[in-house]
Amino acid sequence: MAETAISVRNLYKIFGDDDRAMVEKVKAGMSKQELLAEHGHVLGLKDINIDMPAAGIQVVMGLSGSGKSTLIRHLNRLIEPSAGEIVVGSDNVLDMSAKQLREFRRHRISMVFQRFGLLPHKTVIDNVSYGLAVMGKTKDEQRTGALRWIERVGLSGYEENYPAQLSGGMQQRVGLARALATDADILLMDEAFSALDPLIRTDMQGILLDLQKELHKTIVFITHDLDEALRLGDRIAILRDGEIVQQGTGQEIVLKPADDYISSFVREVNRGRVIKVETVMDPVSDASPAQGIEVPEGTILEEAARQMSEADVVNAQVIRDGRPVGQITMRQVMAAIATPVLKDAMAA
Amino acid sequence: MDWLTEFPQLPGRDLRLLSRTIDQYYRSFSRAYGDDIEAFFRPLLDFLLWFETLLQQTPWFIVLAAIVAIVWFASRSLKITIGTAIALILIGVFGMWEDTMSTLSIIVVSTLLSIVIGLPIGILMSRSDKVQAAINPILDVMQTMPSFVYLIPIVMLLGIGLIPGLLVVVIYAMPPIIRLTNLGIRLVDKEVLEAANAFGSSNWQKLTQVQLPLSLPTIMAGINQTIMMALAMVVVASLIGVRGLGQPVLQAITNQYFTQGLLNGLAIVAIAIVFDRASQAYGRRLQRHREAAHG
Repeated sequence: MAETAISVRNLYKIFGDDDRAMVEKVKAGMSKQELLAEHGHVLGLKDINIDMPAAGIQVVMGLSGSGKSTLIRHLNRLIEPSAGEIVVGSDNVLDMSAKQLREFRRHRISMVFQRFGLLPHKTVIDNVSYGLAVMGKTKDEQRTGALRWIERVGLSGYEENYPAQLSGGMQQRVGLARALATDADILLMDEAFSALDPLIRTDMQGILLDLQKELHKTIVFITHDLDEALRLGDRIAILRDGEIVQQGTGQEIVLKPADDYISSFVREVNRGRVIKVETVMDPVSDASPAQGIEVPEGTILEEAARQMSEADVVNAQVIRDGRPVGQITMRQVMAAIATPVLKDAMAA
Repeated sequence: MDWLTEFPQLPGRDLRLLSRTIDQYYRSFSRAYGDDIEAFFRPLLDFLLWFETLLQQTPWFIVLAAIVAIVWFASRSLKITIGTAIALILIGVFGMWEDTMSTLSIIVVSTLLSIVIGLPIGILMSRSDKVQAAINPILDVMQTMPSFVYLIPIVMLLGIGLIPGLLVVVIYAMPPIIRLTNLGIRLVDKEVLEAANAFGSSNWQKLTQVQLPLSLPTIMAGINQTIMMALAMVVVASLIGVRGLGQPVLQAITNQYFTQGLLNGLAIVAIAIVFDRASQAYGRRLQRHREAAHG
């Protein structure tokens, strides 16, 4: 995996007046329920460690109440942690003074919000240039920068509209353009697409992936939707009750769920869109020379199956750097796509 | 067993001593500092007099045209503008033009003063629960204490005239703008504020770009209330020598001139309605962005 852009170390968050003292009790083994019952403090995050890849999309997935929105707000310190470290590049975010923190938020990290967080009294162009205005850029620079991103997210012609005049999907494009306009390397997206209709959501995921191919930002994406997590995430961390239960690539999580909780999630997933051909292929050998069509390494099973049926063959060879490295059959592909029954998942 | 049937109170001698002592201290305080305090308010008095003279000396049709124009640009409503013109003409025809100009000048000045003092106090209150807890009871006193009661120390300190009158009006009229500024800022959407934070806004940028614009409807309601309360105080202020529509009313009360009282009362009502409609229409125009029209 590429170098680390954001490193979260031993992060704890406890909500209450005496949170720092409570961290010690949690470290000593006190449970969330005991903490609440005996001390009236709420355990938000417990011993979080994540290395987020530079220029990649790190997804943090969890259901409501899992602490995922709390976690993302620690990265730009909208929420103060009770204990731990957050290192971005070579700087510990928690050591920053109020002024350094403002500069950090202005230039290096930006954010997209679930309910958009747009300024209702400002037009689209003024919303998109908000970050630039806060930096103190001139009116001309603000306008040029804003227009460029408005066009890039496909909102040209709506510059002078107010947010209330736009649909949800369009409002979130404004939110995305506003976040991109500051040219920050890190983009935090807090359930950015969760408030949108399913079709618009898929659309926005596509826009994000297209932009990412070109921009190579470090994106931290929060979601409660596993399909979204698998589509977007280079790496996924799954959060439950304030603790990380599993981290890895989408494929690792689908194939080797760490516990029942995660297997119950991944059972509903379209595995053909997650698992890649090299995961299920057999090595080539003299005894069984590769045959059939060629598919590049990294192809997802669904795509491999489609190509095989189009070519009307049941075999394919997996190609890396122009050379065959393995072979798969339609039967293997189908078996891997089919959802395993629960006992298989538990054995894995 | 007297204390069972009658409330045990301080002896009358002690009570008299208490009030006499306080009164004496206050009197010597006002003798010592009254002139300084008056000098302090002098610029305000000059401005008020200048404004009153301006309204009264300028030919009536120019003032009328100016007021109608202001109402038009604030409200952009033909109905409100024509209503204003008719109200002003009737006031003139019934011989209340001069008094109305005096009242208008004290209302404008006391409203401006209330905004200049009240807005920053409201902002401070919105930033700290402690400040809010400290100021709220003061506002309660300002609003509920019978105005005649604080008329006494003000008159003792500054005598009768425009400045004490202005103070009385401002004390009574300022609480709404403070309260509603505080409330408006506290009601600003937390997520919008969080977004402003996430982009590294300074406190000043948050205040001017987000909090004040978004609380403007509430603040405008506060200003509107302040104007209405200032108008309601005009008659009381006339007790201590403030010229304007209050004085004929006072005269009417003492002499039982029913028609005179009614006409001047109606003139106050007419000004109140003009101010109210114009400022509300202006407030609504500032909120155009709220009219959602999904495209």
